[in-house]
Amino acid sequence: MSKLTLIQAVNQALHHEMEKDANVVLLGEDIGRDGGVFRATDGLVERFGPSRVVDTPLSESAIVGTAIGMAAYGLRPVAEIQFMGFLYGAMEQLISHAARLRTRSRGRYTCPLVVRTPYGGGIHAPELHSESTEAFFIHTPGIKVVAPSTPAEAKGLLLSAIRDPDPVLFLEPSRIYRAIKEEVPEDEVLIPLGEARLVAEGEDVTLIAWGAMLHPTLEAAARMLEKGVHTDVIDLRTLSPLDSATILRSVEKTGRAVIVHEAARSCGLGAEIAAEICEKALLSLKAPVLRVTGYDTSVPLPKSENDYFPDCDQIVEAIEQVVQF
Amino acid sequence: MPRRVLEEFKIEWFQLLDEAGKLDAALLPSPDLISEKTVKAFYESMVLIRAFDEKALNLQRSGRLGTYASIQGQEAIQVACAAALQQSDWLFPSFRESGLSILRGNPMKALYLYWAGDERGNLVPEGVNDFPVAIPVGTHIPHAVGAAWAAQHKKDPIAVLTTFGDGATSKGDFHEGLNFAGVFKLPIVFLCQNNQWAISVPLSRQTAAKTLAQKAIAYGFKGIQVDGNDVFGVHVAVKDALDAARRGEGPTFIECLTYRLSDHTTADDASRYRSEEEVSLWRKKDPLLRLRTYMEAEWAWSEFQESALQQAVSERISASVEDFESTNPIDPLGMFDTLFASLSPDLLAQREAFEQRLAKRKKP
Ligand SMILES: Cc1ncc(C[n+]2csc(CCOP(=O)(O)OP(=O)(O)O)c2C)c(N)n1
Ligand SMILES: [Mg+2]
Repeated sequence: MSKLTLIQAVNQALHHEMEKDANVVLLGEDIGRDGGVFRATDGLVERFGPSRVVDTPLSESAIVGTAIGMAAYGLRPVAEIQFMGFLYGAMEQLISHAARLRTRSRGRYTCPLVVRTPYGGGIHAPELHSESTEAFFIHTPGIKVVAPSTPAEAKGLLLSAIRDPDPVLFLEPSRIYRAIKEEVPEDEVLIPLGEARLVAEGEDVTLIAWGAMLHPTLEAAARMLEKGVHTDVIDLRTLSPLDSATILRSVEKTGRAVIVHEAARSCGLGAEIAAEICEKALLSLKAPVLRVTGYDTSVPLPKSENDYFPDCDQIVEAIEQVVQF
Repeated sequence: MPRRVLEEFKIEWFQLLDEAGKLDAALLPSPDLISEKTVKAFYESMVLIRAFDEKALNLQRSGRLGTYASIQGQEAIQVACAAALQQSDWLFPSFRESGLSILRGNPMKALYLYWAGDERGNLVPEGVNDFPVAIPVGTHIPHAVGAAWAAQHKKDPIAVLTTFGDGATSKGDFHEGLNFAGVFKLPIVFLCQNNQWAISVPLSRQTAAKTLAQKAIAYGFKGIQVDGNDVFGVHVAVKDALDAARRGEGPTFIECLTYRLSDHTTADDASRYRSEEEVSLWRKKDPLLRLRTYMEAEWAWSEFQESALQQAVSERISASVEDFESTNPIDPLGMFDTLFASLSPDLLAQREAFEQRLAKRKKP
């Protein structure tokens, strides 16, 4: 065990899988000599060579498109897209092909690829470097979407994502790439996809978050604890497929739910979770399900970004609202 | 004959002012281009945009700007393009054209604001037909093609210029845009600032072709490679191409071979992937040095004139930095106000909630 940041944990997971499986290849922009713009692939080209850690021409569509062909042929490609805002050029490949290959070939071809990309704001980066548009992909049947919230989580989930037989979009919260250090097991500790994690337990309110937003949510939970309000805090980990069983079990206990995400409000994952709760646990509810989210605007440039993203105060307010309802 | 050649092509390389500052006068289309007045204006512009850039790097280091993409080494292209464009022409830049933007009439204060992460810096003044900075590489190229198409449709006697890097030539948007322009014979000039790097990825990883210019051939129009550190050569090439576009002769692709002297942006460390020898080789080809050498030989441009120019430029830069730094903080509500022509009731409610949140935050 050693203390790692999230980015180091990602690096270690890639290292581990490449060591273990010669079919794992990495492709992306600046992932070789430069080690990736966030250094996720630092040292990998030196260790595994330029035919397994490939700096590609600048084309997101071809990175994902060729990864599909590689995956179908028998490799395990892990593509890096520099920022989530640059993934849009590869939408057609992801939505029309990666997500459908198994179905449209009646299972003859599969698409075991991973697309890793930093997502979310809070790093004072230029336009389109703060995107949190996971809902586009959650809305796409056939792709799994994963968003880790801590270093150890990142490692365990990435190992599983690379071994998964289907396409996985792996969203790395850039805001906390280096903000947290924690003990990360040196060897394989796989975290299964599709299972949420109960981070804190309490009987009054269910808080649901993922990625970087887990941290202000935990802070809000701690503040509420001082006021005698006990919360279940669920870290979703896998956004698609959704672990609705864990959510429903908790809400049936607490009767109150607050969902936190930095993505825009309308049709964000929060809306799906709220609908799921209303359909399956309506009679347990003691208050309306509330969402704390980004606004339905474009993410502003850095000078205003802290005003845009949800913060601890807003989460506390929402918790107070459902408790006092 | 079962086999015959259907097409052969040649790509020209063009340069007027060589690395040693010597001009090939035989290739000059008009002597006006090298009148003392014109040349000095070119040089002054180059010095201005270099000084703007140096100041931006300084401001970034002291935390007053966010991530900034330096233009150093690429000034000749930007000065030449600005001089070749007419006011009524349209420009679709990427993100490494601060110099060109300034010379087109965007205030330096606005550029500093933009790179400081302030949306107001993206406001292009009325009368300047420039699109804002395009962050996703190459995605603005089809927009430029569309504007050229609209101008053709409306029979406006204008041309469109779009600029981008070597990395952008790997994007589908580049190829699709050029193809449309060729098919519809549009009044547009595609200009690639080939600085030989896309962050850490060298040109050899963007193409297996000998030149980027030859990509135009496949789309049915002319491509040319120009020495991008030669302000005269670029100027002649761009002006010819814009004139041809205005005459209805269709598009041109100009590859300007140059070099990025700085890191990719202030968030990058180029020493991780390229050698100091390579950089210093290109420092010797600095477009400012080249033009200065020419002026020294031609008109005995003196140390005194140089320092007077530097002084004047630095006063201009200081004034715009002062302007920039004394700008009131941005009102974050602006993110709602320019989203649509008018807001739906639900969005208005969000805006109101946002306003209340901001007011609450202001209270201690
Ligand atoms: C679609 C897209 N992918 C990736 C990036 C990240 N990125 C910013 S600039 C750049 C390299 C661009 O190289 P080039 O086109 O040669 O322009 P230069 O930076 O050299 O001026 C990359 C990969 C981006 N902005 N947009
Ligand atoms: Mg380049």
